[in-house]
Amino acid sequence: MEIPKSFLGYKRENGRAGTRNHVIILPVDDISNACAEAVANNIKGTIALPHSYGRLQFGADLELHFRTMIGTGSNPNVAAVIVIGIEPKWTKKIVDGIAKTGKPVEGFHIERTGDIGTVMKASKKAQEFVMWASEKQREECPLSDLWISVKCGESDTTSGLAANPTVGNLMDKLEPMGVHLCFGETSELTGAENVCAKRGATPEASEKFMKTWNSYNDFILKEATDDLSESQPTAGNIAGGLTTIEEKAFGNFQKIGSCKFIDVLEPAEEPTKGKGLYFMDTSSAAAECVTLQAAAGFNIHLFPTGQGNIVGNPIEPVVKLTANPLTVKGMGEHIDCDVSKILSRQMNMSEAGDELIKTTLRVANGRLTCAEALGHKEFVMTKLYRSA
Amino acid sequence: MTTDIIIHDEKDNVGVVVIDKIAPKQDCACWIMENDKTVQIQSIDEIQLGHKIAMVDLSEGDTILKYGHDIGKVVKSIKKGEHVHVHNVKTKKW
Repeated sequence: MEIPKSFLGYKRENGRAGTRNHVIILPVDDISNACAEAVANNIKGTIALPHSYGRLQFGADLELHFRTMIGTGSNPNVAAVIVIGIEPKWTKKIVDGIAKTGKPVEGFHIERTGDIGTVMKASKKAQEFVMWASEKQREECPLSDLWISVKCGESDTTSGLAANPTVGNLMDKLEPMGVHLCFGETSELTGAENVCAKRGATPEASEKFMKTWNSYNDFILKEATDDLSESQPTAGNIAGGLTTIEEKAFGNFQKIGSCKFIDVLEPAEEPTKGKGLYFMDTSSAAAECVTLQAAAGFNIHLFPTGQGNIVGNPIEPVVKLTANPLTVKGMGEHIDCDVSKILSRQMNMSEAGDELIKTTLRVANGRLTCAEALGHKEFVMTKLYRSA
Repeated sequence: MTTDIIIHDEKDNVGVVVIDKIAPKQDCACWIMENDKTVQIQSIDEIQLGHKIAMVDLSEGDTILKYGHDIGKVVKSIKKGEHVHVHNVKTKKW
């Protein structure tokens, strides 16, 4: 298949391109959720992104909070942002961070005004933003404007056999076109960590990966009450035929095809080394991982599943694929791309990769994903440790 | 042509059942994804969808290769055509 050279996206002030054109109402902290949701309810076409954190965090955990907030607002799938926090200082920090992209952003703080006054002021600005954004048109953008993140979930043996290698096939075909790519899931590479480390494009990248994985493994060994062999693989994995953590990890690892990663990112860290594949240190929990990747600037997500994970994200469209015919039959409303014919050999891996490229481009051009149509907008912040 | 078993890599010593189940003494068609070749094997055990079959005789201490990589060690000898799972293979990780 000849791969299209472009897609229809929204060009942003900083040179990036979006696959979506959202106006978001971003609460700085948990207690500002009500206000943000009230604004989104007032002004049609905006989305609030409520979450659970943002108070009394400190150190690296607080830095991650700001990075996730600023990164989410800065994502090219977002046209404009209203930031609402309880206090002015942290609100301003996030507004200033997002403003560096050049997009419209305005902050409101609730102290001394209260919810009702804040909702009124923020709603007026949100209306202005959403009407402005509604005039934006999709334009032809080079394929290299796609930043594609991947993560698998509810995996079974069909994931490692077919759905994950399909993503790998797409990566092998799109990497030479200059796209940005990102995989994560530090914990679920256990067993394949040494082989994964060898996929570093430079000795520095490999070393950084091993440092990240070792740090995670040390944490697990410190907190674990046993050797984890009771948890990984899970009872469900074993029932589905997965025998060891290594087997599970190598299944996961199929998603990167034969690509090499050029750098290792902190959670929610924006890649700065140009096109190519990046590894990000993330949890293997679906919503947390996708939220971090979206905050790093990725504008479309590919999610292979076995048993049928249903996750979505408010700003980054999540494209689901499966090779499990029972999942297609039983919960087809969640599956954007069916590659189950690989198992019956009616489709080869390259054909499956082509199908996924077609689906990805349709979604990039504006087709709603199953998760979007079903209203999935899981926005889940990663928290590193307890608050002060 | 139906495929009963899929093998990821030419080096693998196990394959994965991709039909509902295979019966004992069933002649199975195995497709090797890496090189698109087909090989045959006769099963010994009944094996369910998603579970693994030994493609060669394996002794205690041998390494199981899947995806061309080490995914664990044999803890009880396995004959070609037998079911490979937690009863005869363990992780090397813990």
